[in-house]
Amino acid sequence: MSATATDPQTPSSDGPEGAAGGGLEGAIDGGGRVTQWRVIRSEWTKLRSVRSTGYSMLVAVVLTLGFGVLASITGLSHHTNASSFDPLARSLAGVSLGVLTFGVLGILAAAGEYSTGMIRSSMMAVPKRLPVLWGKALTFGALVLVISVPLVLATFFISQAILSGKGLSISFSAAGVPRAVFGAALYMTLSGVFALGFGAIVRNTAAGITSFVALMFVVPQLLTLLPAKIANTIIPYMPSNAGQAVMNLTRQAHTLAPWTGLVVCALWAVVSLAVAAILMVRRDV
Amino acid sequence: MHLHAPNGRAWGYVRYPLKLVTATQKVVAQTRWGGPFGATVSDFRPLPGPCHEPILAVMIEVNSLTKRYGEKLAVRDLSFRVQPGMVTGFLGPNGAGKSTTMRLILGLDAPDTGSTLIDSKPYREQHKPMHKVGALLDARSVHPGRTAYNHLLVLARTQGIPRSRVDTVIKLIGLEAVANKRAGQFSLGMSQRLGIASALLGDPEILILDEPINGLDPEGIHWIRDLLKELAAEGRTVFLSSHLMSEMAITAEHLIIIGRGRLIRDVSLQDFVDEFSPDLVHVRSPDAERLRAELVGPGRRVEAREPGLLEVHGMTSMQIGEAALAAGIALYELTPQQASLESAFIELTKDESEYGGTVPGLESDLDGADKPQSATTVEGSAA
Repeated sequence: MSATATDPQTPSSDGPEGAAGGGLEGAIDGGGRVTQWRVIRSEWTKLRSVRSTGYSMLVAVVLTLGFGVLASITGLSHHTNASSFDPLARSLAGVSLGVLTFGVLGILAAAGEYSTGMIRSSMMAVPKRLPVLWGKALTFGALVLVISVPLVLATFFISQAILSGKGLSISFSAAGVPRAVFGAALYMTLSGVFALGFGAIVRNTAAGITSFVALMFVVPQLLTLLPAKIANTIIPYMPSNAGQAVMNLTRQAHTLAPWTGLVVCALWAVVSLAVAAILMVRRDV
Repeated sequence: MHLHAPNGRAWGYVRYPLKLVTATQKVVAQTRWGGPFGATVSDFRPLPGPCHEPILAVMIEVNSLTKRYGEKLAVRDLSFRVQPGMVTGFLGPNGAGKSTTMRLILGLDAPDTGSTLIDSKPYREQHKPMHKVGALLDARSVHPGRTAYNHLLVLARTQGIPRSRVDTVIKLIGLEAVANKRAGQFSLGMSQRLGIASALLGDPEILILDEPINGLDPEGIHWIRDLLKELAAEGRTVFLSSHLMSEMAITAEHLIIIGRGRLIRDVSLQDFVDEFSPDLVHVRSPDAERLRAELVGPGRRVEAREPGLLEVHGMTSMQIGEAALAAGIALYELTPQQASLESAFIELTKDESEYGGTVPGLESDLDGADKPQSATTVEGSAA
């Protein structure tokens, strides 16, 4: 080890600088300034260099596709008649589980830096701090989008192929179907970004995952215990309910209009990132 | 601390950040106001101002820093400067506030009052942070699931440091064998090396290292000492914390000693050694009794501990040797006794915690927090 530092044959040790620090000249290219683009590349490297990313993506794919296919195979066998059968909803049955998995990964990507101590390295490298948050949100959001679009398309077409054998399928060209299918991918992406901001606020993976799952899947259920009028006003604006609205072919009672729902879901993501940004600048790490 | 301007700021002096330009360690000096231009340091004179001593440069500046964590006052009204071209030791018992001060310098924590400047700018405003400062705070500031190589690459990417530099640093630190192993599987020593590698990644002007020898094997300790001295000799600033005086005595040229969050001494190693030198020479001679008669005089004290061995106070070894020669007495041994810096350091920091309790504004919650550490420091130094 020390031989490396002092060995005159080592190419890097052609002078005192080389022997010690590797040389001041020529070592740093491009001026070495921190830029948002460089931080984005760094965040992408972060994301792809931990195993949890690959595993989570795989789990999200398996759950989303698997449950859609499963629900389609089941077809009519469960207490449903052909008139109330919703082939689109069947094929997108696994989207909520995809949302859950991407959300957990989003929390891991942000809160994981705090629980591992990596955040100190990140903040020392990027002392202005915010480029790290933007870089994370951007790379993670892009990754989820790039995976979820083909995922929902595949899920839809495989499920419909199964359902068509039973004469229950719906065509992709039917009114509202493309919006619902692509909207499902956007819902996954936005809730993933929401979770990432949430993780940066909570700064603890266990607490972050627990409260994310609670907020997405438990709180809306608990809110139904409120008086109906209040519940019907609040529940549609919860992130999961708002996001799911985009997948509805026909607007149901006490849900937001599809695009309104997606915008509300996006607002949750924006607010969570904004709060995370304010806290990230102010808090000690 | 006579170098401070009245308000604790540095406006009154010329600053000459040293930058290495050639292998012969010629320096380029740069005024704070002017652009960089080639010159030797001796071409500069200090501007008229409150300070009458020229300072080469102040690379790290800590001004009246105070930081409280809940009830605990971790750093209190701490001010000091760190200059380039030498290794500055940041010394204090465990819990003295060294790590906190470093975190404040690096902008990880915000101070309650006071400020820290790196080359006259706060760390948060550095455009090329890793090229300005390489820091090692905590060897575990790493995602355990990421390989050493990818960890370094992640940091390098933030400021466009090329992959080749990552490879260079991995080779330099001796991490080749484990570069593709995940950092969570590293021993403390390997984690420490990875931390040092990330500190060197940006080829920094300033190094801030918190207990870098922690967990290193003897070979690693030797290597890092040489490396730090070399980097300092190139004109870089090396600021290094330790709770071991013995370590600092080997590595550092200047000492900043803190205890309980406050400055105790800001002193060159030589002055520190002189201050705590016991002024004692061991003299061995076959004719000790006659020599003793020759040596006694005003301001001197000569004790005979055992036959043939004298302990002489108040004379240098040169004076003793010449007196012996003049008297025609043979000497078998003439040894000036070195101060035990470790014990001087413990004495200093013990003092601090003793009178600490009586200083106004000093919270009782800190009492005793540092005292037991003095004892563990001794054990630690032996290990």
